[in-house]
Amino acid sequence: MPSLPRIVITGVGLTAPNGDSLAEFRGNLLAGVAGVEWIDVRYMGRQPAGVCHFDPLKYQKKKETRVGTRAGSISIYCAREALADSSVDFAALPKDRVGIYIGCTEHGNVETENEVYALSQFNYDVKFWSHYHNPRTVANNPAGETSLHLGVTGPAYTIGAACAAGNLGLVHATQMLRLGEVDFALCGGVSESIRTFGIFAGFKSQGALASHADPKKASRPFDKARNGIVVSEGGCLYTLERLDDALRRGARIYGEVAGYCVNSDASDYVLPNPERQAECMRKALAVAGLAPSDIHIVNTHATSTPLGDIQECQAMAAVFGENCPDTWINNTKSYIGHAMGAAGALELAGNLPAFSDLVVHPTINIDELDPLCALPGLVINQPRKADRVEAILNNSFGMLGINSALIVKRFSQ
Amino acid sequence: MTQDQCKTAVLAIIADIAPDEDLSDIKPDVRLRDQIDLDSMDFLDIVMELRKRHGIEVPEADYGQLASLDSCAEYLTPKFNALTAKS
Repeated sequence: MPSLPRIVITGVGLTAPNGDSLAEFRGNLLAGVAGVEWIDVRYMGRQPAGVCHFDPLKYQKKKETRVGTRAGSISIYCAREALADSSVDFAALPKDRVGIYIGCTEHGNVETENEVYALSQFNYDVKFWSHYHNPRTVANNPAGETSLHLGVTGPAYTIGAACAAGNLGLVHATQMLRLGEVDFALCGGVSESIRTFGIFAGFKSQGALASHADPKKASRPFDKARNGIVVSEGGCLYTLERLDDALRRGARIYGEVAGYCVNSDASDYVLPNPERQAECMRKALAVAGLAPSDIHIVNTHATSTPLGDIQECQAMAAVFGENCPDTWINNTKSYIGHAMGAAGALELAGNLPAFSDLVVHPTINIDELDPLCALPGLVINQPRKADRVEAILNNSFGMLGINSALIVKRFSQ
Repeated sequence: MTQDQCKTAVLAIIADIAPDEDLSDIKPDVRLRDQIDLDSMDFLDIVMELRKRHGIEVPEADYGQLASLDSCAEYLTPKFNALTAKS
């Protein structure tokens, strides 16, 4: 896309079950430290889940946390951390030229379940129904709370894209910056999903919920004994800018958005489609003007389900199967479970430091590699030093057959 | 219930819905919104908590009666006492 403005990443703010900053997150990815623990899920009892431990009161007032949602708190924390990391003079930015684009798998389940449960304590008399129900459950809630908190008067909304949503936050921000709709973007994805039993129960009914005696080993993509998804919360927001603007203010640049593709399976409500996944990766490569062998890290979406992991590996083999000796493959969900709408954004962040340190974090929890997932280049249990890391391809797929592949390359003038 | 006890009950609610505010020096005759950060949703919270905690209904037409601690006590104390008498 030579005629379009170049878009760069200039700041990262995140909270993950194993880290509340990029440095902590990355350190734990390299040290093999998982962040899954037991939680008590309403009606279901103890389940493994990824829980974030950031302090909401670092940036919010108590009243904001009382009135708002967990997704709102995660968004605000990540936004403030990203702004601080970017070193932008935010006070000087015209707030009507700032866009907030936050990917969500779902929003409103947590609040609705809580309110129905609270209503049950009042014999289902709806005069006790919360007047916060609507502002808490509207689909734009996390972005709206962030705009309120920051005083941003530009566009602020969420992007519903199932578990591909984190990538789509970045894709959409890239598009809006290129169109000149905004001059500065906060974008990525968030999830509060561990606070709704419905997500857990839904995966359980689908035969796709992980179980293991040790919660830290419950999420084990590509392992022969994997048995399902660990649901997690989390968030990761980036500051994105046009390259000229970033250079003008002397910003540190983490990487450049090189290409992307978003497509749809149009084949099943929940089952992935390897053919469409491969097509998505190939189209992203074409947009970036790169060959598969130019990609040095692929972050897989694999969620630790018996079938889904194999299907992504089929797609990966079709795209990267031959002549890619320098392409390394990893997976972040093995540490933190599936952070749903935050997954794509968080997983990209965990790999970005590899542009500098040339270390590929591994996929952990593989005791016995499933031969059907034995991709060449899969980095297992121990970090691997790469000869070079010039481009990262980040896969993120979701229900109803939405696929996304985002390519970020090392920045060079 | 006395008017002072009523004010204490109202302040207990406000302490929960405005947790960042210092309520130690609230002037009873001054509008609450002029002293602490309360928006329209917070006033709905006060109404809801009166309903949940004390079984007291405040019709929308009477929301203005909740403007200050004094007006709250004036308006709510008879309602508290009517409930006590019923029980």
